[in-house]
Amino acid sequence: MAAMTKEETEALIQEVLEVYPEKAKKDRAKHLAVNDQSLEKSNKCITSNRKSLPGVMTIRGCAYAGSKGVVWGPIKDMIHISHGPVGCGQYSRAGRRNYYVGTTGVNTFGTMNFTSDFQEKDIVFGGDKKLAKLIDEIEALFPLNKGISIQSECPIGLIGDDIEAVSKVKTKEHGKTIVPVRCEGFRGVSQSLGHHIANDAIRDWVLDKRDGDDSFPTTPYDVAVIGDYNIGGDAWASRTLLEEMGLRVVAQWSGDGTIAEIEKTPKVKLNLIHCYRSMNYIARHMEEKYSIPWIEYNFFGPTKIAESLRRIAAHFDDTIKEGAERVIERYQAEYEAVIAKYKPRLQGKKVMLYVGGLRPRHVIGAYEDLGMEVVGTGYEFGHNDDYDRTIKEMGNATLLYDDVTGYEFEEFVKKIQPDLIGSGIKEKYIFQKMGIPFRQMHSWDYSGPYHGYDGFAIFARDMDMTLNNPCWKNIKAPWKTEAAGSEAVKAVA
Amino acid sequence: MPSVMLRKREDGKLLFYVAKKDLEETIESIEFDRPDKWGGEVVLGDGSRYYFDLLDAPPKIPITLQAKRL
Repeated sequence: MAAMTKEETEALIQEVLEVYPEKAKKDRAKHLAVNDQSLEKSNKCITSNRKSLPGVMTIRGCAYAGSKGVVWGPIKDMIHISHGPVGCGQYSRAGRRNYYVGTTGVNTFGTMNFTSDFQEKDIVFGGDKKLAKLIDEIEALFPLNKGISIQSECPIGLIGDDIEAVSKVKTKEHGKTIVPVRCEGFRGVSQSLGHHIANDAIRDWVLDKRDGDDSFPTTPYDVAVIGDYNIGGDAWASRTLLEEMGLRVVAQWSGDGTIAEIEKTPKVKLNLIHCYRSMNYIARHMEEKYSIPWIEYNFFGPTKIAESLRRIAAHFDDTIKEGAERVIERYQAEYEAVIAKYKPRLQGKKVMLYVGGLRPRHVIGAYEDLGMEVVGTGYEFGHNDDYDRTIKEMGNATLLYDDVTGYEFEEFVKKIQPDLIGSGIKEKYIFQKMGIPFRQMHSWDYSGPYHGYDGFAIFARDMDMTLNNPCWKNIKAPWKTEAAGSEAVKAVA
Repeated sequence: MPSVMLRKREDGKLLFYVAKKDLEETIESIEFDRPDKWGGEVVLGDGSRYYFDLLDAPPKIPITLQAKRL
């Protein structure tokens, strides 16, 4: 199918909206839009960060997911207590694949689940005593932890426990950082507020710990990588590039990160933001309080990597600028070989994306490097500023969908017939059963890393092995195609 | 009275950011921007207008200030 015109895309949106009742239709219409590159601001065409409609299938998470799962969870030498009933922590345990180095259970705790396992009596009589006991037990069993964060689940806010008071008492007693995080799941409309709450908790309880302490030797080339969660090793693939160009990466936020790195971040010269959505808050705070400038960068695909490396280098002197050119040149043969190998197999294929924080716009460049075209994209929990940044990346008349419902997404896919879909695990099997190749783009479908030049090779290989997998030819049962006659055979082919 | 974070964009324009409202806009004009007087009415890129209390000197950007919506 050729690219759709603006009118066709608009007609498609209208057609999909047709089944909704009047009120829901009006509400959902604001979240679906046709991309128009001439717009400067996204609020002219799309509404985002609004409460999902009751009754539709949304794919969003909660504030606890945003704080424990995204921002705090990857900090490896802290213990993150899922404070409340056992399920929230257990069912999200270790699912995100934020890799780290260390001995789990001794000095790192990333894939473990710590919970206060609330029972009826804790709800009735309050859980503060249990929390205090739990912290003492942690200190006895895991003495090498460098701090504790208390990630509130819904009941904590509902029964009004004072986790701040417990934290203060226990901080004094044990001499370690204990951070209460008020990220009850019912707060906000999606996990996005959880990111914000988590950022604010870091700001209030951790970031200023080493203010006035200049014992940490600094260099003019100190940077912090912010908003890279090391999924499948992403942060490592990014870090090597930065180090190769001569920068010193002081902190990784928060993939494979430690609390000491976070405390040292205010000493850096530049903050590099990968996931803008989840960590722009802390970057803005550091800019205001410590005068550290920040820039966004994108390490998906060679075009964007080169662009980003040069933009980062522009903030430093000539040695770094030369370093950036050296890095780009060094990997040139490597990524050109990747493109030469996979582009002929992927050329002209259409992709639809529906992911979280940064990927709906960041991976577009990587697909384009492989000759593929992104025909639809959308955020689960993006805000207007995310869509502002997306409009320029996407082609004209392509589809934008915010907090898309299960029904809408399926209908769009049926009509647009993309060659590949990139979204989450909940969507994966629906689309695979529809016979459309699918990559799980939240945790790279158990692959990765996808960042950096090394990651691009893996990205290209994964897209190729998914798209050109022979299984897609066998989706339809042979007796069905034969019985349906030659017309159906043609339609399948 | 939203708290507004002001920062300079790469091209030198002032950005007006309200976290709670998800609002990030450029400041198109500001009533007083002199070494001895700063503040007053500002007009944003989307046409909305806010008011900053007058200061004796331009503030050090970035900074968080209270603004009144007009």
